Amino acid sequence: MPHLATYVGLVDHSEQVLADSFRTVADGHAHVADVHHLCLTLAGMCDRHREQLAPVVERYGEEDLDEPERLRADALLQAREGEIGLLRDLQDLHLLASLVKSTWVVIAQGAQGLRDRDLLEVAQSSQQETDRQLTWLNTRMKAAAPQALIVAP
Amino acid sequence: MRLGYRSRVTRAAGADQDDRIVDVPGPARPHPSGSAWEPRVDLHLEDGLAEAEVDHWVRSACVLCSNGCGCDIAVKDGRMVGVRGRADDRVNRGRLGPKGLYGSTPWSHSPDRLTRPLVREGGDLVETDWDTAMGRIVAESRRLLDEKGPLSHGFYTSGQLFLEEYYAQAVVGKAGIGTPHMDGNTRLCTATAAASLKESFGADGQPGSYDDVEHAEAIFLYGHNVAETQTVLWRRMLDRIEGTDPPAVVCVDPRETDVARACGRTGGVHLPVRVGTNVALVNGLVRELLTRGWTDDAWVAAHTLGREDLEATVADYDPERVGHICGVEPDDVRRAAEIFGTTDRVLSTVLQGFYQSHQATAASVGVNNLHLLRGMLGRPGCGILQMNGQPTAQNNRETGADGDLTGFRNWQNPQHVQRLAELWNVDPMTIPHWSDPTHAMQIFSYAEAGTIGLLWVSATNPAVSMPESARIKRILGGEQCFVVVQDLFFTETAALADVVLPAAGWGEKTGTFTNADRTVHLSEQAVDPPGEARSDLDIWMAYADAMGFEDKDGAPLVKWRTPEEWFDAWREASAGRPCDYSALSYDTLRSSEGIQWPVTEEQPDGTARLYADAHFPSDTDYCETYGHDLLTGGTVTEEQHRAKAPAGRAFLKAEHWTPPHEQVSDEFPLRLTTGRTVYQFHTRTKTGRARPLDAAAPGPWVELCAADAGALGLADGDEAEVTTPRGSIRAPLRVREQEPGTAFVPFHYAGEGQANVLTMTVWDPVSKQPTFKTAACRVAKAGPGGGA
Ligand code: SF4
Repeated sequence: MPHLATYVGLVDHSEQVLADSFRTVADGHAHVADVHHLCLTLAGMCDRHREQLAPVVERYGEEDLDEPERLRADALLQAREGEIGLLRDLQDLHLLASLVKSTWVVIAQGAQGLRDRDLLEVAQSSQQETDRQLTWLNTRMKAAAPQALIVAP
Repeated sequence: MRLGYRSRVTRAAGADQDDRIVDVPGPARPHPSGSAWEPRVDLHLEDGLAEAEVDHWVRSACVLCSNGCGCDIAVKDGRMVGVRGRADDRVNRGRLGPKGLYGSTPWSHSPDRLTRPLVREGGDLVETDWDTAMGRIVAESRRLLDEKGPLSHGFYTSGQLFLEEYYAQAVVGKAGIGTPHMDGNTRLCTATAAASLKESFGADGQPGSYDDVEHAEAIFLYGHNVAETQTVLWRRMLDRIEGTDPPAVVCVDPRETDVARACGRTGGVHLPVRVGTNVALVNGLVRELLTRGWTDDAWVAAHTLGREDLEATVADYDPERVGHICGVEPDDVRRAAEIFGTTDRVLSTVLQGFYQSHQATAASVGVNNLHLLRGMLGRPGCGILQMNGQPTAQNNRETGADGDLTGFRNWQNPQHVQRLAELWNVDPMTIPHWSDPTHAMQIFSYAEAGTIGLLWVSATNPAVSMPESARIKRILGGEQCFVVVQDLFFTETAALADVVLPAAGWGEKTGTFTNADRTVHLSEQAVDPPGEARSDLDIWMAYADAMGFEDKDGAPLVKWRTPEEWFDAWREASAGRPCDYSALSYDTLRSSEGIQWPVTEEQPDGTARLYADAHFPSDTDYCETYGHDLLTGGTVTEEQHRAKAPAGRAFLKAEHWTPPHEQVSDEFPLRLTTGRTVYQFHTRTKTGRARPLDAAAPGPWVELCAADAGALGLADGDEAEVTTPRGSIRAPLRVREQEPGTAFVPFHYAGEGQANVLTMTVWDPVSKQPTFKTAACRVAKAGPGGGA
């Protein structure tokens, strides 16, 4: 199952990238109180997913050398400025979270096929939480968009 | 027998029995469960005037807290000179508390009333006429609309105007300008009440009734210091507590309040939870009900959704863990749950200790869960009262001058928006409904950035009442945003404005308002406003006229002129919605003892309790909201909601406890919480101008428990300095019984002891109510007592 192992490695990495990016946005928009606090909370969520995945990673090993394509996204290293900057940052987070989500979906399928209950449980609960992250990002983008697009300098 | 009450102000012996400053709740009329609450009329007239000397009395209700006690205003020589409780009113049966009794009228003839408009000239505010002042506003408003469009306008209103005024403001803001940036200071006091009701039941609307006090076998008060905030409701509870079969009182409050003191004697329990841990407590109580089998399973299955998820979420909250998180005895958690689980009639009330604290909506929803699990709603004594803080906050929510859509409508539902567009005869696209309306804190952020270029503040004082005051003052005083303030007085906020408009207050105008248990009162004009002051309603109409707002047929948008016409327009807008006023008129209100909405053809005398039929306003096409994720505030979509097929069932929702945003540290080792005193209301605009109230609570103070004070080398009366990462304040120390590790500061005062200098800019993800009650601080001695 080398490819499942690759995906397990990939999701572990993607969750870390997402966590780092949430923290970057939290710091960069520290004056936007809700974004700041929620991004930190959601980063913690990613950390927990990785902790829950850790035993599985150990079992499968992270065979991530033979990736068929470049599936890895880079973390957001610096937050942008202003209302438009925030909107763009939220969009980037949304992209990263979507990647995490679809990777969990794929892993859950593999876990089903293998009847690997532990992995299936991690994949499903993590995917549900990633959905919550996506829902919030969507809600927050919708709230921020009109002001940022129309009125912001 | 007298209990649960302690006089706070010591007066010379022989003080008047009827003095509500010394004896705050006033004389008892104890009575057993199920019997009527007897009338007791409170009266106060200024200048030693006798009752017979009053020229005439004008029907009204008190607007100094959300209780809405019925009263008559005394008029003498064209002045308001006092008040008398209305014995027939269902809310108070004649009683008035210290704020209502002494604070209702003196402000009205205070020499520092605003009587003329002011405009800024070369840095100073100077007197001018209405045409000039309104001309400035209109010029700025037009310029911004041309250059940037409707999103350049923000409105920040109050919890103290009348229904008609809010409705007019909603029409002007939503259909005239078309901005989503409308909110009120109700966001600071009552947003979580609304949010928790919406999340659990599908729409706002207080399930319970004050009459439940007469029937309850247990009363649970969650962060609701009723003895301090609504003294007449407290008297009502005390009259049961002092009767022959008192209800068990359970009080969740870190402080040893009068309410907390009533717990032991009634067989109840006081849970002095650590600030910021409410969610852990309610989850623990829910878990006890579930594991001990104190649930009405058939009712839950028929009328609720989400039991499985709820069970999973609360599974870890056993009494030991809850005790550890909250700093209370596990057995006290068990005991409280047992009282809730084994008593037939429980009344729950919730207020700022939950609403202004960490995870506000999740905690308040937890209280709804407890009632839902026992099917304890809609019957006498089985009420939920998600209380309001301010007197007319309810109407702001109903009419949608705050972050709600008019008539408890759902901004995500195109049919609901369409209906409003028909009522106002505008294109539905005009009415902003693309997202949750902008909440107060966000409005101020946009004003800070200058993307809101015109901010209109009515009847509220954000320079004192909003968190992180220094920042708010910078925003209001900055060049980036044109600020209009309309108020009774030259407040701290008015001083920073570009245009100040003198407003008429209570008794100087006519209108209706609705209290915390859905009781509607009519408040009639008793006297003329001073000088050139105008009612807020007149001001909104003057602005709409000057701006020339039109409907889609080119007729004036604002078609209603008198308060009664506006009320009738509102009645039409409310028809068919949960807050249905359709069979209510000024005539009915003139002869009513206070009437609870919905008032419809089928229910012409009003409705005592909602959900007696266990049918909730949760249907996808009817509900006010599809709901939110309690952790993040992310919105549920229509499809997701429809897939659950709520069809009149209520939602059981829960969330895990998370530690508060600001944790105590070596540098800031104490938890800070803020709150109220019985003698003052809001930022003291009115109560600070009533001599007896001002004398009873003239300035701020800091409270610590004896152990904490001792460790810091502080004694009662010493001048203390309280510091958080935002700033410092100074005030004298009072040593009081409360949860160790906690410092308390009242929020009413401006200046050196202004509590909101210390608080953080952070809010609940769902209700967007700012968190005034959780921050970390340190306290140090600033000077000795006495001279300071
Ligand atoms: S309880 Fe509230 S409404 Fe009643 S008199 Fe006191 S301040 Fe006024």
